[in-house]
Amino acid sequence: MIKIGILGFQGDIEENANASKKALEHLNIDGQVLHVRYPQQIREIDALIIPGGESTVMGLLAMINNSANVIRDRIMDGMPVLGTCAGMILLAKSAYDRVVGNTKQNLLSLLDIVVERNAFGRQFDSFEVELPIDGISDRFNCVFIRAPVIMEYAGNVKPIARLGNKIVAVKQGNIIGTSFHPELSNDTKMHEYLIKMINSY
Amino acid sequence: MISLVSTEIEHKGIKEEEIENVRIVKGTTLVKRGFAHMQKHGVIMDVTTIEQAQIAEDAGAVAVMVLDKLPYDVRKAGGVARTASIRVIEEIRDHITIPIMAKCRIGHVEEAKVLEAVGVDMIDESEVLTPADEEHHIWKWDFTTPFVNGARNLGEALRRVEEGASMIRTKGEPGTGNVAEAVKHIRIVNDQIRHLCSLYNTNDKSELIKFARELRVSYQYVEETARLGRLPVVNFAAGGISTPADAALLMNLGCDGVFVGSGIFKAEDAGDRARAIVIATTYYDDPKQVMEAQKMINEKKSMLGLDINNLELRMQERGSQA
Repeated sequence: MIKIGILGFQGDIEENANASKKALEHLNIDGQVLHVRYPQQIREIDALIIPGGESTVMGLLAMINNSANVIRDRIMDGMPVLGTCAGMILLAKSAYDRVVGNTKQNLLSLLDIVVERNAFGRQFDSFEVELPIDGISDRFNCVFIRAPVIMEYAGNVKPIARLGNKIVAVKQGNIIGTSFHPELSNDTKMHEYLIKMINSY
Repeated sequence: MISLVSTEIEHKGIKEEEIENVRIVKGTTLVKRGFAHMQKHGVIMDVTTIEQAQIAEDAGAVAVMVLDKLPYDVRKAGGVARTASIRVIEEIRDHITIPIMAKCRIGHVEEAKVLEAVGVDMIDESEVLTPADEEHHIWKWDFTTPFVNGARNLGEALRRVEEGASMIRTKGEPGTGNVAEAVKHIRIVNDQIRHLCSLYNTNDKSELIKFARELRVSYQYVEETARLGRLPVVNFAAGGISTPADAALLMNLGCDGVFVGSGIFKAEDAGDRARAIVIATTYYDDPKQVMEAQKMINEKKSMLGLDINNLELRMQERGSQA
């Protein structure tokens, strides 16, 4: 039985758990979905989802109990991971805020991208839009909430979704990062995609 | 997927625009309630200055609530409490990266429009300020910016959701440092939801509509709450939270997160206390972690607090009949 961990410090943890459970049902796979907050729990899962929320808060809490190092080791070891919005920021090598600029926030520095936080503006400018995602969906309802955008990428990073010229989702081997929140849409294709990656790991 | 239950058809807050020649939609129920979902398991802290906002962000706040005075000082000062100075809101807005919220008076549509124009991420139509309209709350569907409202029971909560609130918080009794009223309100909401679910399970629609009429709210909100077994929007605790254990207590009663008002910046150990409350909110179900968080604060430095029985002003009663 596979175990999917949702990083359980802060954010829309239950929403990602629900999307994962539905994805398991659709794929007819026997699996467990767990909220993980302690290093030992993170050592025992087969895939990780870092949810939406505040990247500064999650980064801080992951640092305090040393789970950041365990997450980094597991991902470098090949464990599939999906970071949605704040989760993608946490995975990134480098992040800055559109208005405030560089901050000292803690990042996992695994995904070879530079992200601009709050790239579309504040909550007033948050939106939803249907976009194609390469290899996942022709039309996915993407919900952008104070969303970041991928400004630069390098190495093995492949953009998999764009809004006009802006890159809003990427894949780098076992790592997927999205600017939007697939867990808020009534569509589990992104979560199914992550689960299918477990087999190749 | 989150609950999108709604009665509004016109929904003037929805705006269709283009980004890079792609049609996008702003201000939908999903986008507004979705913002509240991102705050879950977090601590939203009341601040009055840029320095306090920085302390809050560094401590791990998910958002800050900008006020002119902390609720404790509003109580002491008396007079009319209004929305915060726009310059202070702007200064804080451009200084920190986490979302900012601000309060407007109950029913004060124009204060809310000002707050939307200045770009706060969420507007709190709050009983901490002096109500501007005793009969009406703001019709929040007209706004693109999401709102949070206070409630003392299920009917009040669902009436606010029906008016377009994207998030609910218990009212508690603000500025007292006494958590008892917040506990009381979340327990009332929980009891009412349990009762509602028992009606729903018997599949007796006549009982459900009767209950909806008692709550003075449209049937579909009652049905949706029963189906979900919880409020259809994110529900935080607020009012009187002063210690990590207070936050854990309310999280264990089923709240999605906490607002801390005077409890942090009226204490003498604000930075440590803010961090400790964040940790206790995340690990609310782990007594050892809550103990470690509680160890970070000094009870001699907690705000003294007020006995709720001796208050001249009960803020929680404001707007609750409407």
